[in-house]
Amino acid sequence: MAEKLFGKAMKRVEDPRFITGTGTYTDDMTLPGMAEAAMVRSPYAHARIKKIDASKALAHPGVLAVITGQEMKEAGINSIPTGWLHPGIKTPPHYPITFDKARHVGDIVAAVVAENRQIAEDAAQMVEVEYEPLPAVSLGSEALKPGAPAVHDDIPDNICFTWSIGDKEAVDKAFASAHKTVKLKLRNNRLVPNAMEPRASLAQYHKASDEYTLWTTSQNPHIHRLLIAAFIMGIPEHKLRVIAPDVGGGFGSKIYQYPEEIIVLYAAKKLGRPVKWTARRSESFVTDSHGRDHETVAEMAVDQNGKITAVRVETIANMGAYLTTFAPAVPTYLYGCLLAGPYTTPHIYCHVTAPFTHTTPVDAYRGAGRPEATYLLERLADVMAHELDMDPVEFRRKNLIPPEAFPYQTPVALQYDSGNYEAALDKALEMVGYQKLRQEQAEWRKQGRYMGIGVATYIEACGLAPSALVGSLGAQAGQWESALVRVMPTGKVEVFTGTHSHGQGHETAFAQVVADELQIPVEDVSIVHGDTGRMPYGWGSYGSRSAPTGLSAIVLATRKIVDKAKRIAAHLLEAAPEDIVHEDGKFMVKGVPDKAKTFFEIALQAHLAHNYPADLEPGLEATHFYDPKNFVYPFGTHIAVVEVDPETGRVKLLRYLSVDDCGPVINPLIAEGQVHGGIAQGLGQALLEEAVYDAEGQILSGNFLEYAIPRADDLVQIEHDHTVTPCPHNPLGIKGIGEAGTIASTAAVANAVMDALRPFGIVHLDMPYTPQKVWQAIHSARKLGQAAD
Amino acid sequence: MYTAEFAYKKASSLAEALQLLQQHPEAKLLAGGHSLIPAMKLRLAAPPTLIDIAKVPELREVRLEGNTLVIGAMATYYEVETHPQVRQAAPILPMAIELIGDPMVRAKGTIGGSLAHADPAADLPAVMLALGARMKVVGPSGERVVEAERFFKGMFETDLGEGEILSEIHVPANAGKQAYAKFPHPASRYAVVGVAVVIGPEGVRAAVTGAGSHAMRLTKLEQALAGQPLTREAIEAACQGLLPPNDLNHDLVASRVYRAHLVDVIAKRALLQAAGL
Repeated sequence: MAEKLFGKAMKRVEDPRFITGTGTYTDDMTLPGMAEAAMVRSPYAHARIKKIDASKALAHPGVLAVITGQEMKEAGINSIPTGWLHPGIKTPPHYPITFDKARHVGDIVAAVVAENRQIAEDAAQMVEVEYEPLPAVSLGSEALKPGAPAVHDDIPDNICFTWSIGDKEAVDKAFASAHKTVKLKLRNNRLVPNAMEPRASLAQYHKASDEYTLWTTSQNPHIHRLLIAAFIMGIPEHKLRVIAPDVGGGFGSKIYQYPEEIIVLYAAKKLGRPVKWTARRSESFVTDSHGRDHETVAEMAVDQNGKITAVRVETIANMGAYLTTFAPAVPTYLYGCLLAGPYTTPHIYCHVTAPFTHTTPVDAYRGAGRPEATYLLERLADVMAHELDMDPVEFRRKNLIPPEAFPYQTPVALQYDSGNYEAALDKALEMVGYQKLRQEQAEWRKQGRYMGIGVATYIEACGLAPSALVGSLGAQAGQWESALVRVMPTGKVEVFTGTHSHGQGHETAFAQVVADELQIPVEDVSIVHGDTGRMPYGWGSYGSRSAPTGLSAIVLATRKIVDKAKRIAAHLLEAAPEDIVHEDGKFMVKGVPDKAKTFFEIALQAHLAHNYPADLEPGLEATHFYDPKNFVYPFGTHIAVVEVDPETGRVKLLRYLSVDDCGPVINPLIAEGQVHGGIAQGLGQALLEEAVYDAEGQILSGNFLEYAIPRADDLVQIEHDHTVTPCPHNPLGIKGIGEAGTIASTAAVANAVMDALRPFGIVHLDMPYTPQKVWQAIHSARKLGQAAD
Repeated sequence: MYTAEFAYKKASSLAEALQLLQQHPEAKLLAGGHSLIPAMKLRLAAPPTLIDIAKVPELREVRLEGNTLVIGAMATYYEVETHPQVRQAAPILPMAIELIGDPMVRAKGTIGGSLAHADPAADLPAVMLALGARMKVVGPSGERVVEAERFFKGMFETDLGEGEILSEIHVPANAGKQAYAKFPHPASRYAVVGVAVVIGPEGVRAAVTGAGSHAMRLTKLEQALAGQPLTREAIEAACQGLLPPNDLNHDLVASRVYRAHLVDVIAKRALLQAAGL
């Protein structure tokens, strides 16, 4: 019997090419006759474009074209649409190159195409743009004030949409009769995604067939094709092939249909030459869609038993200057609907106002809405526990949804299918040695050392998504996934998935499952993704959907293969199909092990069809379109232990441990890697990262000298374990794990820092907990203490 | 690849480097390239010519001459950090270098490149001030030796004149107990505040980097500790209000007031470490 690979910590098959520099990223590609583009970008956050003089640039040797927004508009190139609509949402135009006004630093004003990048970059500096600088607004709440500069002329109040969920009346009533309430003003800091690979796009126009090919750094090539074909350029969908080759990280920032992709397609046809553009890191900082950026007032009410009776949330969610592909969904359905968290809160109300500002557009960033919801709930939980003089763990335990309550209907639309939250909490407490740690903390405090212990219990809804449900909520696309499993005459297998791997290890994990299902060696399986010319269709990877949704489609397709193989085997072995069993890598007559056919023999016969059932089609391939019945709901508990240096305000991470439940784990190495990366990014938000804008809309932390992302020495060896609660509604019981680390860790680290600062009477600080901010808070608290003395 | 165009000349000797510099007065000297190249990529610098002196043999030597460590300006951080005589005679150097960049930066970056660039947040200028190092400078009119204190004159500004090259750094060997403490910028890992101290027979020499426009001696601290036994109490008492906040740098990471506070804290830590307390 072949070794079962599900659950095996196999090394990733994609890694040798990544770590030896032999992967193929978009920027690695060079086509014959290829030209290169550079963008002329606005240095102002808000400015009227009065005049563009390209004569010097055009005269520069090697320059092929200077493209303006006016030219593209006249050529019939349309605005870039968003992928999610709310009732009453304002969707102002977003042309690939702006021609009236620049609305954020980095907004494209013109594009230069030249023989090579050096010339294009030189010439981009020669394009003379006359700007009339205008007042700008970068903070969401500022944009909502009367008289704030309008980002789009026809939306004078800057409001893109407002949205709410929950029964406001019931919530207000619960607050009115509460035993205790707490209220926090929270800022969820804006983040720059910083994928390791900068964005890049290469377009080719094939004149003979009037077809286009676009290689681009995308998490979802089919969505690009659909948007470009149906909305932006009017290219017939079958005449555009979008390929996302190796992609070096996305974290949500490579979902969005970016302007540069349209510009290179347009330029490639205009010039009759392939055109490539690759972002400089400084362009990435101001043009890759940013994440988070909420200003929130959050309240929690409890009864005399410490049970949460209501949660009330008012959020301003900054959209940036234009709407990205998923932006409207992030602070609404991926946020407001998550506000039950793992708790039995009966009444929840959330109201969101989403303004435009003169900042880089915002979109999904790892976790997308769910980290914001978790941070808010977990901060409230800690502050409330303290108010009640209760251990934060005991407060959570009292409020967790018990295992027997599933399926559990929350008051904010979602129905949780399964869960065992207390088991994960207990495991984490045991791993960390919670009681002992609290004693140690008390001893440290006596010595003037400030240890903080932060706990976050979380759930997430992922595995996007039941199509009809998300359609009813405003999605402009389906969210099912497809798979095509193709068996070749030699028994080798190609699997085409509509999901996309940009670091997640699908080529390994998916192959393990396919090898198990077909009982063939894993080396015989290739996972193919990221090419609209090769896969049936697909919606890409985001929202931790690839395993629960994409792999479910693959599994169901492989099972069609097995069914057909049994019928071929039955014919060859002269038995009834129902008597054929698939065991030990063979198709055999039940109870007669020597009457058997190998997978190879069946694959060959399926293609020869020389000796074949009369009523069966030749060939051996199967396609499956899988639409999930519900989201999947991973959960767990994370615990961070930190020490704050009161002299400098510096926070040091001492321990970090996570217990996550993503159902049965396909490949522990990959799952753990996903958790590690997620924790690093979540810790980054809590301690280090923030896109800081000044009053003129200039980003002050727009490079790696100023913007701190976590490095190895900011972290510790992460202690990780899991519980296994299978999802009841997909074939393998699996749940997503790509975002869990980010969702829980920001809250865990935040709670740990605030716990450390408790002796100073500090209740809440906004992230990131930079040394200066922490020191300032301690310093003020001490001064206050001295004054009181 | 997206710098402005420039010409590249490689010098194989100090004499050739000086000659090239005469021929191309607008040129910039290229050492490890870790400050200059990023500036050129961002087009903040666009020198028409680069003269590469990184591989000039006589600029790379590290040796002990009597009671002086002679460090060639083009010795890399790595070479200095791992040099046995340096480790023995001036342990503050490896202590500070360990905190610079990452192994790749330390493999390429040079001591002289850093000192001549005079970034206000670079680590080594403070170390050189505390050690009382001297800079050997060669130029069209011969050579001269400059005290570290006269060498660092302002933000990215040194005593180097037109056509001159920093060729060697002369570091007193076994100058006393020494330590470097640093509060790194969370992103760049440059010093928000870095303090170097050497406790020698004539007293404490201390210098700070990151705080002002250039590295400088902490004279108030040195005076406060003069003639005192270096107890924890004495150190703690001395490290208070070392620099007036108004004169200090300020940025996203540290306001003037916070930076002034950090100078006190980091100076205290460097002293405690050097004194073995």
